[in-house]
Amino acid sequence: MRTDRNRLLSAYAVVVYIFLFLPIVILIIFSFNADRRNFNWTGFTLNWYPTLFSNRLILGALGVTLQVAAIAVFASVVLGTFLGLGLARIGRRWRGPLEVLLLLPMVTPEIVMGISLLLFFATLFGGQGSFTQIAIAHITFCVSYVAVIVRARAIGLDPHLEEAGRDLGASAWGTFRHVTMPLLAPAIAAGGMIAFALSFDDLVITSFNAGVGSSTLPLYIYSKIRFGVTPEINAVSTLIVAITGVAIFIAWRLGTFSSSEGRLVAEDG
Amino acid sequence: MLGRRLGIGPLILPGAVWLALFFLVPLAFIAAVSFGTHDRFGRVLFDALTLDNYRRAFAPTFIPTISRSIYYAGMTTILSIAIGYPVAFWISRYGGRNKALLLILVMLPFWTSYLIRTYAWMIILRDNGVVNSILHGLGITGEPIILLNTDLAVILGMTYGFLPFAILPLFVSIDRLDEALVSAARDLYANGRSAFIHVILPLTMPGIIAASLLTFIPAIGDYVTPDLLGGAQTTTVAKVVQTLFLSGRDWPQGSALGFILMAVTIIGTFAAVRSLRAEVLS
Repeated sequence: MRTDRNRLLSAYAVVVYIFLFLPIVILIIFSFNADRRNFNWTGFTLNWYPTLFSNRLILGALGVTLQVAAIAVFASVVLGTFLGLGLARIGRRWRGPLEVLLLLPMVTPEIVMGISLLLFFATLFGGQGSFTQIAIAHITFCVSYVAVIVRARAIGLDPHLEEAGRDLGASAWGTFRHVTMPLLAPAIAAGGMIAFALSFDDLVITSFNAGVGSSTLPLYIYSKIRFGVTPEINAVSTLIVAITGVAIFIAWRLGTFSSSEGRLVAEDG
Repeated sequence: MLGRRLGIGPLILPGAVWLALFFLVPLAFIAAVSFGTHDRFGRVLFDALTLDNYRRAFAPTFIPTISRSIYYAGMTTILSIAIGYPVAFWISRYGGRNKALLLILVMLPFWTSYLIRTYAWMIILRDNGVVNSILHGLGITGEPIILLNTDLAVILGMTYGFLPFAILPLFVSIDRLDEALVSAARDLYANGRSAFIHVILPLTMPGIIAASLLTFIPAIGDYVTPDLLGGAQTTTVAKVVQTLFLSGRDWPQGSALGFILMAVTIIGTFAAVRSLRAEVLS
């Protein structure tokens, strides 16, 4: 009786896992569909992938997306690492407010963050959307994630290691550079990967801050899929899933997610 | 050590200033603009501060939009808890050494582009999509069933998108549950059902509350799903905000709605955090 119920529960869990992954699998399968209108399965082809690389709009959007992601990763990793480290060591008094400041951008509806930055730039600088605006927006929503991941590791650091560095005559910066940073490296790299995935994927916040000529890949896809489903879009989507998937996989291998606690901290602040 | 030597300030300051400048200040802009008016070119005017934008947000014309948003988010929340609870329970009880891996597998789809996952549902649900092809192929239906651009499609897409947000807090709550209490209930002759209702369910209530809030909040702010799976006619608060900003050029009204969304989010998040934290401490 009891094992029957357990088996039923396990079967149910498997079904839910299939539910979570099946749509993505279907999307990938249809990127190999020979039918141009992508209605029915008419045969296997790899043709859609090479055509992507002769599509100037896609290549242009990919270029913008990668440049934004590079800037967002670099800046959010620098700001977030220091912030995470500081947060791990800050006194009681300021910890609460600072945690709130970190948590808020993670839970704010994307649309609210998008319009707030649009208003900010339009009012102060007459901005009508630009590459710079997108880059600043992406840095802003990536910083918290990096900081939370770095903090989780910084809390577990043995303070004696840094003290030893100091005792051996290293300067404050030297200790940071040669002791603290190598110890934090996995978390910093994982944070960078997460930032890359977030930036590479973002649609909503970007859509409010993009201008003429600063269209990203998700924006391009969004503008296309409103008019229907094409195998090219499936092929681009498959590439995006693969790229972000690899980034997340690396972040996971770096050990940040190895405890469920760490993951929850990253998610809920 | 860098922190201890120089003080925490230099570590915290750059990031904190960045977030203050590009996150808090822009939020203040929303608040400010929501009390403004606009001219016929869409420029925001502040010469007469007004509460009209908030009044209009709760006026009869907006009520169908707001209630539809709440309906979508509410259904999504209920479905996510109902689908997610047994999964969280299963991971906690039978996950063994693989708990972390099983949780990551839950989160993995979440990390792939929300847009692309929603697009995948378009492929599945459209008139000549996967579901209809299968039904037709099996001879169950002659004409395709309309699935895309329906309420069902939106709720399905949102549930798919936000299920991980429900499973994680539920897992935390269930995983902390003391198995001895359940055994005690069994020793006192509770059957599986009443042990669940009288012991497991009340003890995991903080997790359920947190999961509800963490699902409801992103669902109510989502505009991609209603836009792509709900069709042009279905308006939600988030879609209205988008229209008011990008084509309607009524920024003050859009700001008021955005501010209301933000307020709901902040209140909900703190309630969720408090609920989970109380659990961890008890």
